This record gives sequence, C-alpha cells and structure tokens, in this order.
Amino acid sequence: MALFFANTLTKESKSMNLHEYQSKRLFADYGIPVPAGHAASSADAAVTAAEDIGGDLWVVKAQVHAGGRGKAGGVKLARSTHEVRQFAEDMLGTMLVTHQSGPAGLPVNVVYVEAGSEIERELYLSMLVDREVSKISFIASAAGGMDIEQVAKETPEKIFTVAISPSTGLMGYQARQLAFGLGLNKQQSRQFEDLVSRLYKLYIECDADLIEINPLIVTKAGDVLALDGKISIEDNALFRQKKLAELRDPTQEDEKEREAAEHDLSYVSLDGNIACMVNGAGLAMATMDLIKLHGGDPANFLDVGGGATSERVAEAFKLILSNPRVNAILVNIFGGIVRCDLIAAGIISAVKEMGVSVPVIVRLEGTNVDKGRELLAHSGLDIIAADDLTDAARKAVSAAVKS
Amino acid sequence: MSILVNENSRIICQGLTGNQGSFHTEQCVAYGTNVVAGVTPGRGGEEHLSIPVYNTMREAVDATGADVSMIYVPAPFAADAILEAADSGVDVIVCITEGIPVLDMVKVKTALKDYACRLIGPNCPGIITPGACKIGIMPAFIHQKGRIGVISRSGTLTYEAVYQTTLNGLGQTTCVGIGGDPVRGMDFIDCLELFEADPDTDGIVMVGEIGGTDEEAAAEFIQSNVSKPVVAYIAGVTAPPGKRMGHAGAIIAGGKGTAEDKFRALDAAGAATVRSPAELGSKMLELLT
Repeated sequence: MALFFANTLTKESKSMNLHEYQSKRLFADYGIPVPAGHAASSADAAVTAAEDIGGDLWVVKAQVHAGGRGKAGGVKLARSTHEVRQFAEDMLGTMLVTHQSGPAGLPVNVVYVEAGSEIERELYLSMLVDREVSKISFIASAAGGMDIEQVAKETPEKIFTVAISPSTGLMGYQARQLAFGLGLNKQQSRQFEDLVSRLYKLYIECDADLIEINPLIVTKAGDVLALDGKISIEDNALFRQKKLAELRDPTQEDEKEREAAEHDLSYVSLDGNIACMVNGAGLAMATMDLIKLHGGDPANFLDVGGGATSERVAEAFKLILSNPRVNAILVNIFGGIVRCDLIAAGIISAVKEMGVSVPVIVRLEGTNVDKGRELLAHSGLDIIAADDLTDAARKAVSAAVKS
Repeated sequence: MSILVNENSRIICQGLTGNQGSFHTEQCVAYGTNVVAGVTPGRGGEEHLSIPVYNTMREAVDATGADVSMIYVPAPFAADAILEAADSGVDVIVCITEGIPVLDMVKVKTALKDYACRLIGPNCPGIITPGACKIGIMPAFIHQKGRIGVISRSGTLTYEAVYQTTLNGLGQTTCVGIGGDPVRGMDFIDCLELFEADPDTDGIVMVGEIGGTDEEAAAEFIQSNVSKPVVAYIAGVTAPPGKRMGHAGAIIAGGKGTAEDKFRALDAAGAATVRSPAELGSKMLELLT
C-alpha cells in the first residue's frame, strides 16, 4: 500500500487508469483472448449488447477505477436479457463503494456486458516495473481469484516472478517458467506463452505502468482467457501515447486532485486541520510529519513544485481554503530555484484577495530570504513569521488549537 | 577531498541553450564551476553564455577533455542524452530532467552496464562539492565546505539537511541528490561506499522517503561496511495509504517500503535516526563532538 501512496506523493510514475472495457479492447487489439463483450451506458444498450453477444449467460460489470467490484455488488451473473436490463439499471448512475474506491465510491457511468465463461481454474497474472531490479517483471500465481496479497504474504512460494531484460525482451524459458509454475498442461502452456509475449509487447508499446489480469482463467474447454483486465498508462509517457491519453475518464478521479494537477500542484486531502503548502514532495511529507510530531494534524499534502510562481501560490491557497476543516495554514518554502521575495508577494496578494481569516504561519528560507521576510513583516496582514522548521510547526500547532 | 566531482572537474552542459540549461548553467558558472562546453544538436559552432556549443557529446569531449555531463534536455529526449553522454566517455553524468518515462530509464539502466560511468538522477537537484563545483539546481549559498557527506532522494528536503550542517558549522564535503524516480542511477549504497572511502568526510547524513527498498538495502550496507557516523531521516511517516489499482505493487513490495520499516532497518543497523527533519544537523554535531 505504501508503495502506491509513495507514487502519488513523490511524483514517481503517476499513471492514468483505464477501465476494464478499454483494457480488454487493447487486449483484443494485441490478440490476447478475452470473452466477447460490449460497453453500454444505458440499460437498453446493455440488452442490445447481450443480444449481440448471444448465448444464455452474461456478466454485467460496473466500470469503475477500483478493484473489489465483485464483493461490492458491481459484478452480476445474468441468465436472461431481462436480468441484464435489471442489473444494468441497478448499477448505472450509482456510486460503487469497494475496498479500493475510497469511502465515497466511484460513479458507474458505463457497464460492460460480457459472455459468461465456464471456469475450470482461476490464475493471477500481472506486470509492472520492479524498481529493485529496474526491469519489467511478470508476477504469476495459480492462486488467482483469491486475496492475492494474502497469498503473497503467507505463502510466497506460490508467487512466481520473472524479470525481463530490455535488451533481450521476454525469453522463451521465462514464459515456460511461469507456465510450469502455474501447472498448465501442454496445450494451455502454448496458449499462455503466446499470451505473455503479446502482453509484453502491449506493455512496452503502450508505456504501461501496470497490467493486471485477475483472474486469468482456464475454461472448462481448456482454453486460457483474460476474464478481467486492469491497465494503467504512465503519465510521463502520455506525450507519446496520444490515443491512449484520450481514454482518460475524469469522473473516476478526485476532483480536487485533478484541479490541482491542472495548475501543476500536487494535492492530497487528509483528515486534520492544519493545511500545508510546501515546495517539493519530500519537504512536504517532512512538514506533515513534523506537524504530527508536535501534536497537530495535517489537513493536506500540497506540493507547489520547484518552480513555484505567485500565481501557483494563489491557486494553492484556493485549494487549501476549500477545505472547511482548515483552521491554520503553514507555508514552508525552501527557495532554491524559487525566490523567496516572489513567494512572499504571492502569499500577500493571495491572503488579501481571498480574505484569509485563519492564521497563516510562514517559514521562508533560501534565495532572497531577507527581502521576502521584510515584505511579509510590512504587509500589515496577520502573518506569523517562523524562524525555522521546528518553530514553524510549533506555531502552526498552537495557532490551530487556539482558533 | 570530496566524492565524484571536485575543483578539477570539467563540465559539459547538454541542453545548454534551453531555458533551464541557460539559467542554471549561469548559476553554476557564477559559483566557479568549470563549464567547458555545451551540446545542442544543430547549434554546433555557436557560443552561448560565452561557452562553446557542439553538435554532439563526442565532439565536445574530444575538444575539451571534459569528464562530467550535466543534463537539462527535455524529458522526451533525456534518455538519448544520457546514453550519448555515456558513449562519449565522461565519468559522471548528472541528469536533472524530471518526467522521463520509466521504460526509457529501464533501457538506460541496462545499457549503462556497458560503461564505467556513474549516473546521478534523473529528477534530482544534482551534486555539489562546496567551494569546488556545483552541478545542478541547488541554491549555492546554503552550502559550506566542510566534513559531512549528504545523500538524499528528495530535492528541497536535501537543502534543509545541507543548510543545517552549514548553520552548525560542520559544512559538507559533497552533497548528492540521487533523485526520486523509481529507476535511477546511483543509489544510497553507491554514495555511502564513496563517502566511507573519502578521508575528508567525517559523517554522513542520509535523507530517504517512503516507497521502494533502497533505504533498507542501505541499512544492511551500513551495518557491515560503514564505520563513520550516519544520521538518517525518512520522510512520509504520516502519509496514509492512498487509492490504488490492483495488487501487483503490494506483492512486489512484499510489505516493505513504509517509513517505519525504513526507520527500523536503519536503527537496527546502528545509524542514528531522527524523527524530526529539523534535527539532522544537531544530531550529527552531537555525534562528532
């Protein structure tokens, strides 16, 4: 878990999630076997999709950017088109809350209607860059469909990984290693080895950050099939993945975090009452830690970035003040590239413009710091200057307690 | 003494003629850094900031005998720039650029095994040997020539650590910002090894972050290979778990990578950890007196 939050906070490989129906379309484009299916944004369209697919068993799946949909009622088995309509109506327009979605849940705007599959075995297969070896790795387990993290923790011997050298690409022996690990028979192994080599191609060509198939199934007929699909595309690579970038679904993203990103700010809302505005992700995390250490509670993580401008500072204040719990603001800027006098001017104009009524504690350090401090001191505003990191945290905590 | 770069280092700036390259190179030169050439394809033969510009790294190295490259090339072209630098024979490559696609870095990392050079970064503030040369975007005035080696994954948090050792009179031998990207050049261990061997470095300040297992690996290394005092801080204790897709990340991390895990590993290895980032400098002073 920590790994994922680390990604959000430290700007390391942030990524854009695709929906299952988008992932499966990509799978199909790359010749990776998936059940027949169509996306639908109305109950009528869901019925038409079911009729087009044919057969007498369908699965109706809510399309949200979170796992754990099954347990949350977002995956239903339909035995008639009447049931398909019913389930689509039940899901569309609702918020689906899963253990990965956050407490508010995510809106269901699209359902995916898919041919039902007869499952013999459920396997787990995923790919990501393993930072420890700096290579793309496959992770596979015969214990698919279950709580795979639990499996990894308690019986790590049931998890198989192979790391791929970018100079050779996926080698035959590596695919075989995974296939034998999964206990596949000869025919299934052949299908599986073909599937992983196509997945590797997809991962590279689409600049994926994560591909996960949980479960990858062996059907009663003995075929290997991707029953689910999660793909995220690395944000840093979107400049060369224009087509994929169009698949972004902003309804699945946190509104404030998205707004922040539009202004080159990195924002994560937390439960406390002391807002932070800091330049640099590491210093921002350290500032949160320090507030906690001095008995306070941070209201947010906010990184205004290395090249903070007064306009960005103003936007940052807007974001912070949109949280009604905030009753003190701690600004901690260590100016390297940014000049403290410019930041000070930004703070002053933002505080004036927005009529900030909660105490603002400012700790400035770095280039032109004296000029910056002087500006703040003569602003005529209720801005509390702090001498250093500890002083800033103490003053912020005591200001938050008072107000 | 120092590690990796010193007053004799001769530096080429890749991307010298761009905004970032121009701005920061000027600051580096003002600090006294010996920037001997710039490289911008198609601008060879020109002069920029009174520095001769070449089309390729090979030409620039042949003409100037430079041994360090500093890269400000935009992210889409940065992987290419790093490997061009490696192929030109420089010893140290400092890549400041942020936002390089991770799959580009996967390739770079493998390709660099063919060369003896060291890569610092990407997505980092750079490296500075106070009083000798500054290669990167760090503010010069917070540094002071002295006794401490600083290694950090973060940008501004590095400045914090550095400034504390300046204010309490310890100063620094060399400060290395190794950068926060998941696939990067030098890690903590590489720097710890060099600082341990540097006779002028009396103590090492190490600043880590949540995510990955570099700090845990560093802890193991410290236990058996580092005799000098190490003060360590890890940012992100209060970072709560966020939304996520799938399980792959959690499986591969194997439950490691939290700030508490890292603190525990470093404590066990005999490093002096501080829970407040404001105590990095004072803790080191205490250990050295």
